Amino acid sequence: MADLLIELFSEEIPARMQGKARDDLRSLVTNGLVEAGLTYASAGAFSTPRRLTLAIEGLTAESKPVREERKGPNTTAPAAAIEGFLRSTGLTLDQLERRADKKGEVFFAVLEKPGRAAPAIIAEVLDTTIRTFPWPKSMRWGNGTLRWVRPLHSIICLLSDETGAHVVPLTVEGITASNTTEGHRFLSKGRFPVSSFDDYALKLKRAHVVLDSAEREAAIWQGAQNLAFAAGLELVEDKGLLTEVAGLVEWPVPLLGRIADAFLHLPPEVLQTSMKEHQKFFSVKNPKTGRIEGFVTVANTETTDHGATILKGNQKVLTARLSDARFFWENDLRVAKAGMGEWLDGLKLVTFHNKLGSQADRIARIAALAREIAPLVGADADQAEKAARIAKADLRSAMVGEFPELQGTMGRYYALESGEPDAIANAARDHYSPLGPSDAVPTEPVSVAVALADKIDTLTGFWAIDEKPTGSKDPFALRRAALGVFRLVLGNGVRTGLLDLAASSYIGLLFSFSQKMLLGYVGDEFENGDVIVRRTAHEKYSDEGIVSTSFNAGELRAIADSVDIFRAVSSSVSVSGTDSTAQTSIYTSYDEQPLPRTVGLSKDLLTFFHDRLKVFLKDQGIRHDIIDACLAMPGNDDLTLLVKRAEALAAFLKTEDGPNLLQGFKRANTILSQAEAKDGVEYSFGADPKFAETDEERALFTALDTAEATITPAMSREDFPAAMAAMAALRAPIDGFFTSVQVNADNPITRRNRLNLLHRIRAICSGVADLTKVEG
Amino acid sequence: MAETRKAPRSFQEIILRLQNYWATKGCAVLQPYDMEVGAGTFHPATTLRSLGTKPWAAAYVQPSRRPTDGRYGENPNRLQHYYQYQVIIKPSPPDLQALYLGSLAEIGLDPALHDIRFVEDDWESPTLGAWGLGWEVWCDGMEVSQFTYFQQVGGHDCRPVSGELTYGLERLAMYVLGVDHVMDMPFNDPDSPIALTYGDIFRQTEEEYSRHNFDGATTEMLFQHFKDAEAECQRLLDFPADDPKTGKRIIMAHPAYDQTIKASHLFNLLDARGVISVTERQAYIGRVRALAKKCADAFRQTEAGMDA
Repeated sequence: MADLLIELFSEEIPARMQGKARDDLRSLVTNGLVEAGLTYASAGAFSTPRRLTLAIEGLTAESKPVREERKGPNTTAPAAAIEGFLRSTGLTLDQLERRADKKGEVFFAVLEKPGRAAPAIIAEVLDTTIRTFPWPKSMRWGNGTLRWVRPLHSIICLLSDETGAHVVPLTVEGITASNTTEGHRFLSKGRFPVSSFDDYALKLKRAHVVLDSAEREAAIWQGAQNLAFAAGLELVEDKGLLTEVAGLVEWPVPLLGRIADAFLHLPPEVLQTSMKEHQKFFSVKNPKTGRIEGFVTVANTETTDHGATILKGNQKVLTARLSDARFFWENDLRVAKAGMGEWLDGLKLVTFHNKLGSQADRIARIAALAREIAPLVGADADQAEKAARIAKADLRSAMVGEFPELQGTMGRYYALESGEPDAIANAARDHYSPLGPSDAVPTEPVSVAVALADKIDTLTGFWAIDEKPTGSKDPFALRRAALGVFRLVLGNGVRTGLLDLAASSYIGLLFSFSQKMLLGYVGDEFENGDVIVRRTAHEKYSDEGIVSTSFNAGELRAIADSVDIFRAVSSSVSVSGTDSTAQTSIYTSYDEQPLPRTVGLSKDLLTFFHDRLKVFLKDQGIRHDIIDACLAMPGNDDLTLLVKRAEALAAFLKTEDGPNLLQGFKRANTILSQAEAKDGVEYSFGADPKFAETDEERALFTALDTAEATITPAMSREDFPAAMAAMAALRAPIDGFFTSVQVNADNPITRRNRLNLLHRIRAICSGVADLTKVEG
Repeated sequence: MAETRKAPRSFQEIILRLQNYWATKGCAVLQPYDMEVGAGTFHPATTLRSLGTKPWAAAYVQPSRRPTDGRYGENPNRLQHYYQYQVIIKPSPPDLQALYLGSLAEIGLDPALHDIRFVEDDWESPTLGAWGLGWEVWCDGMEVSQFTYFQQVGGHDCRPVSGELTYGLERLAMYVLGVDHVMDMPFNDPDSPIALTYGDIFRQTEEEYSRHNFDGATTEMLFQHFKDAEAECQRLLDFPADDPKTGKRIIMAHPAYDQTIKASHLFNLLDARGVISVTERQAYIGRVRALAKKCADAFRQTEAGMDA
């Protein structure tokens, strides 16, 4: 048994890449060793800004010999086949064995791979690992062709066993493995040899390098907390920053500083973001005032003046940064107090997407949609519209220009300053949410209305211009938008048909095109020989020739439902006359892809919603077949209804009656469908108890009457559990019916009556969910 | 590690020490390029010379202009005209980091007192069609240099790779000299008979150029000059390589590249004048990049840019 130490020493590795690099190094090397026939007891990977280290314990000294037998062609096979076999095995004819087989004599190749010593395997595996390492970004340097994250300088590859430590012979692009490394860039001098992992870690610590990032994180956190505590302050937790900072230092030295009074009035988010983004500072709060009043910076070195110069320098940089932030804040406040008009105008200049217009165009659409959604979520329509109009104003503020991650947060501050009520200001902050699966869902009605409108506009917009997510590509985060819609709708119990909203949103989009850009359509009435005449929204024929008008919403809706709509992509379109040749040339600048009709778009979008919903509900523990059974029902674009139904069905199928009733239903449905197919008629009417021959048959009539009397009102109340409970009561009568009677009776009247009775079972159950889709 | 020298006393002393340091390290100390550029990288000694296999080592000060950064001389550290110190070495030597740290020690930044760090910062110049990996170098939390290993320039892979160091001289000097406002920084020795501050020399020009960049420059003329530079660049490159007059093969890569530099600066001015919309911006950048690529292609056909 031996231990292996590998160190890849380079120039500074980006902090964000170190965690994955550790995992990759461990898995690539250990997998390589195992594939080559070695085994090991344990492996641990470490990183500092300048090194990636792997320590493997309990490695076997050599791989076991491997014997492989391969069956070849018959000895009488054509020469070409035999030659092929020799090539593939690398043997000569006299090395092959001849063995008797059912079909005669067959060649066998016996390949024996001798065991290999660990060093040879390690050298091979490490060489491959270095050359194929999956850095997110890698580079070349100097004259070399090797790629690494930054220039690679030295390699330790040291195998130690009872006989001592031995360097594994290995050279990668001129870098020869050794047993030496170096310590801290400034606090240590020269290279030193190591004899084992323990020796290595110990000597590194003496050379001012803490090898383990977890240990560095703990030291930073502990040190920073102590500093804050001693000053009567409180450190603000930030796990992500802690990991990043631990990846920037080999010898962490936390230092506490104060924020100058002149900046303490800035919003805490601004202080925190500025310090974190620009300088990787931790924020420090005064527990008495709740304000952020200090910072902790983590130096990578100990200095003769105990960090005084470093702290002074950092403080100076912070002052410059916060002066900028204060300048932005004060300027922004001026605009906010004046009602944010300057920013709203400015949004006209910001392109959202070159096929979907400016941010201002988009905001107008969202505002109209938010207004429509408002009553569905219990929001005031005027407030929802107003909130949508100003929710993105902060995108033009200087502060958000500097710190994009403060969008929304600043929007709330500025909305309040401009005199808006909390409901509107909070919508500015919350309308982007939920951004991820763990992000909270807005619950204030105005926020919900704007958040929904925002996401639906994004979805319909990108659907209209055919920018849908494919495979792993989803550049406009449309899947996230869909998930946001689900969580907003379900989290707030919103009752609405998404199709209606999508259609409204789409008409809004077309309307904004028809006013802003040239919009045309192709209709049968305009077919003119083999030239398809595309009319723009701005042109209508009149006695004087062509006059410009735009479609009204009603016209748009009619067009969007019935014919293809084309959108001009060039603003240079101009109309010189009614002459048909002139028109033909004009229209070549149209988008060749027509915008989808409302119906097509909605269906396609609904399919996407349903696919995403299945993924979402599966994560919530609802089976896909149950979802399918509910998706097949009317009102399937009302997600709240859909989920209510699915949850009730899932619960029902977990009861004892559930699966049994399902069997009964399926049996009834199968017999009925077969009979219908055979007879070419639909048995859907007129089951009459007077033709019933047995008690069980009569009992089923009664049971169906009773169930129907409960289910129909329950369904109209959307009380699915009650409906399903009533359905469960059918289980015994259905079972009894099938045990006692034969449906396909000789008497045609009896048979027809029974099939019609089965139809009642199907009809009643199918009103609750499409049980044919449920498995089992 | 080089011994840290006592602190310099003026802006020019810092420049002189850097010049001297890199001269002793074997760099050709060049003079600034005589055109308006946005950064030291635009100097053909960097852009063009980083192409091809011929070894190269140069250092120079480059006055740089960023019209949109003009603040009428009022901002403590933002200027529309400032100085960069640029070092470019091909192939990048294995001890480039140590050489760089030596230069910091040379201007008084002692690692025994300061916290010097290499923080990831990948460099990309969309106008030059160039990118590289490296760091911004922090001294006590302040960015004092950009350190880049060029991977591609003008659309060409850099083989070998050049190492590029860019020092923002004013910011670095302000820190070393302990000055809070750039205009207060001593330019020559403060004990000189005629002591001059940075402000004595540049306050007025910052005002004048800020007004010029934001309000004065005639945009129609700038648009026209942009088009002219673009056309001229192309025209120069369209000449056949063989010069009928001398009978020599003369590709006008550098004159064409001058036109690229011009177009780039004109674009920056137009941007400062606020007459380029967000969507047009990308298109203009693309046009300059197309020129830079063509010049790089042409340079690769010349003696200096050819593979040895």
